[in-house]
Amino acid sequence: MVSLSDYLILSAIIFCIGLVGIFVNRTNIIILLMCVELILVAVNTNFIAFSYFLGNEAGQIFVFFILTVAAAEVAIGLAILTLLFRNKGTINVDVTNSLKG
Amino acid sequence: MTFDQILFYVFSFWFVASSLAMIFSRNAAKAVLFLILSFFSAASIWILLEAEFLAIILILVYVGAVMVLFLFVIKMLNIDKSTLRAKFTGYLPLGLIVAVIIIAEMTLVLGGNQFGLDVVSAPARHAADYSNITVLAMQLYTTYVYPFELAAVLLLLAIIAAITLVHRNDVSRKKQSISEQVSVQAKDRVRLVSITSPKKENK
Repeated sequence: MVSLSDYLILSAIIFCIGLVGIFVNRTNIIILLMCVELILVAVNTNFIAFSYFLGNEAGQIFVFFILTVAAAEVAIGLAILTLLFRNKGTINVDVTNSLKG
Repeated sequence: MTFDQILFYVFSFWFVASSLAMIFSRNAAKAVLFLILSFFSAASIWILLEAEFLAIILILVYVGAVMVLFLFVIKMLNIDKSTLRAKFTGYLPLGLIVAVIIIAEMTLVLGGNQFGLDVVSAPARHAADYSNITVLAMQLYTTYVYPFELAAVLLLLAIIAAITLVHRNDVSRKKQSISEQVSVQAKDRVRLVSITSPKKENK
C-alpha cells in the first residue's frame, strides 16, 4: 500500500519544482503564472491525501474552493498580462520596472 | 509491490518529469502542453486517493478552460522569443540549492517515521456504490453553503474584472461628454426644413 508520507513527499517535490521554475524563468510572466498553478496543485494534493487518510471530507471541500480561486486568479492575471502587452509591447519582467521597485 | 504502488509510481514519475520539462522548456506553448500532462498525472493520483469529483474537475476546468486560456493568450500575444531566452540559467544554481534543501527538509519531516503506514494506516477502499459526489454535495450544500455562495460571487467578480481590464475605451460606448454638451449650438442639432404645402384642389 502507498503510505501518506509518499503522497506528502511527492507534493513537496512538485512544490519545489514550481519554486525552481519561478527562480529560473524570471523573464516570462506566463511561465511564472504556470509555476504558481503547479504549486497550487501540489498543495491540493496534500489536502486530498490528508482527507483520504484521515477520513474527513473537509479537505476535499477546501480543494474545491482553492480551484475556484485559482481559476479566478488566472483569468485576472491573464487579463493584466494582455493589458501589459498592449501598453508596453512586451511581457518581459525586466522591462516592466516603471514602479522603480 | 502491489498494483496500487505501481500505479502511484508511474503517475508520480510522469508528474515530476512533465513538471521538470515544463519549467525548463524555452517555448511557452510547449510549457503549457507539459503542464497539461502534469495536471493529468495529478488527476490520476487524486483518483488513487478516491477524490474522483475533484480529479474530473481538475481535468475539465484546468485542462479544458484554464490551460486553453493560457494557450490562447500565448498565441495572441506573439511573444518575441529572443528576449525571453536571456538570463535563463542565471539563477539556476541558487534555485537548485534552495529546492534540494527544501526537499531534504520536507523528506525528514514527512518521512515514514511520522506519516508511514504504521502511524497513519491506509483506510479501507470504499464499496463500488460509494459516491464521492454525493458526499461532497452533502457537505457543500449544508455546512459550507455560505462559502459556496461566496465562491460564486468571487467568480462573478473575476468575470467583471477581466472584462473591465481588457475592454478598449474607443469601442462605441455611450458615455457623457460635458464639453460637447455645453458648447453645442442650436444649428448643430436643429435643422429647419421648408416644405411646400400642397395646394387645395378647387371644386
